[in-house]
Amino acid sequence: MKNLISMRDLAPQETLALLQLAEDIEAKRVRPDLSGRLAALLFFEPSTRTHFSFDTAMKRLGGQTLSMSGSGGTSAQKGESLADTLKTISMYADLIVIRSAIEGAARYAAEVIDIPVINAGDGANQHPTQALLDLYSIRKTQGRLEDLSIALVGDLKFGRTAHSLVQALARFRPRFSFVSPEHLGMPYYILEDLQAAGVSYRQLTSLDGLACELDVMYVTRIQRERFADPEEYEKVKGCYVVNRATLAGARESMRVLHPLPRVNEIAAEVDTTRHAYYFQQAHNGVPVRQALLATLLEAAE
Amino acid sequence: MKEMKVDAIRNGTVIDHIPAGKSWQVTEILKIHGAPLLVGVNLSSRKFGRKDLIKIEDHELSLAEANSIALIAPQASISIIREFEIAEKITVTIPSEIVELIVCPNPNCVTNSEPVLTRFATGGPSPGPGGSVSVSCTYCEKRYRVEDVRIRV
Repeated sequence: MKNLISMRDLAPQETLALLQLAEDIEAKRVRPDLSGRLAALLFFEPSTRTHFSFDTAMKRLGGQTLSMSGSGGTSAQKGESLADTLKTISMYADLIVIRSAIEGAARYAAEVIDIPVINAGDGANQHPTQALLDLYSIRKTQGRLEDLSIALVGDLKFGRTAHSLVQALARFRPRFSFVSPEHLGMPYYILEDLQAAGVSYRQLTSLDGLACELDVMYVTRIQRERFADPEEYEKVKGCYVVNRATLAGARESMRVLHPLPRVNEIAAEVDTTRHAYYFQQAHNGVPVRQALLATLLEAAE
Repeated sequence: MKEMKVDAIRNGTVIDHIPAGKSWQVTEILKIHGAPLLVGVNLSSRKFGRKDLIKIEDHELSLAEANSIALIAPQASISIIREFEIAEKITVTIPSEIVELIVCPNPNCVTNSEPVLTRFATGGPSPGPGGSVSVSCTYCEKRYRVEDVRIRV
């Protein structure tokens, strides 16, 4: 494994090896030593959680980071191509983490430079480290990844975390329920892939009576920034609110996940139920990213 | 309509059953600018209603050249002509990866903002009547039906 660009590239055994290493790191059974290693964190699109999580992961293993956030004040503003910017930075750093609004930017980056590249989100396409931490959270709360009943709720059309997670979970015999407004359904090409892989799924527009059948309810935000027309956003915002009533009858082991930030799709009253897991989920980002950084830097040596 | 009289070629290639109106794109893709060409547009066809046809004098298409037009003319029948006789027939097959030829319709795709050749993986015809070939961008990972993408000529 040289880079992490898309969950499509990851074989199930590679995924499981990363999750196992993350677990070992979190339990302090192993501590990879990244002292003397330098990761460049290039966030052309702003992010707090992912950026800080990578920064923390690197530093807690003894490594260092170079950071850039937003395109203001960079050479990109002077008209430099992405390739030239990346080639220059790759002279300094041992690994590049890239977040960009441009879809395919991370794959392109991996082609133009020799050091490992991690995709920290490319437009509406992929967000593989989020998918890995979601898988880690699911495995931690359910004890396994196989044969789970999982609902994905919210914006399934533009939500890159939903795409990456579905592609990653598809290898583990899931039963999917996709709950979204009609116009924000899972893209047809992802559904085609699921059909081809023999994965069972259904598409719903309502959450009613669903909770009791689930192991995991994965809720996503309807992203205002992906709508060209504000009127369209107003029509669908707030169409799903998960509250205590929604969760009535759920199994004790059922967990509600959310990649955060949330707006109003999960009511605050859910936070104190046994089902809430979204804050621990965010915390899981650190050991997962530590495992990934250690794996890629070791392979590059 | 009566069969139009077009001179038979002695040596070269005949590309038949090109979708009507697509012959120009086919010649552009093949870049056979040097060779003398006879192009028939909107000819009647028992199989397709209307079709285009190209005759190329003194140039035998290679298999790679033939396959490069598969996206535009998947049903094309290609005959190699030697001494006025059909010496060989080539069946076109769609290559598993298509480099440069397709413009990614996603305006947010990196191939539309950085100097990089597009790469598309081809997929089998989608289910249903008239199922078409699908192409997936290696970069932005979006999938399109082949008739929804623009071919770069």
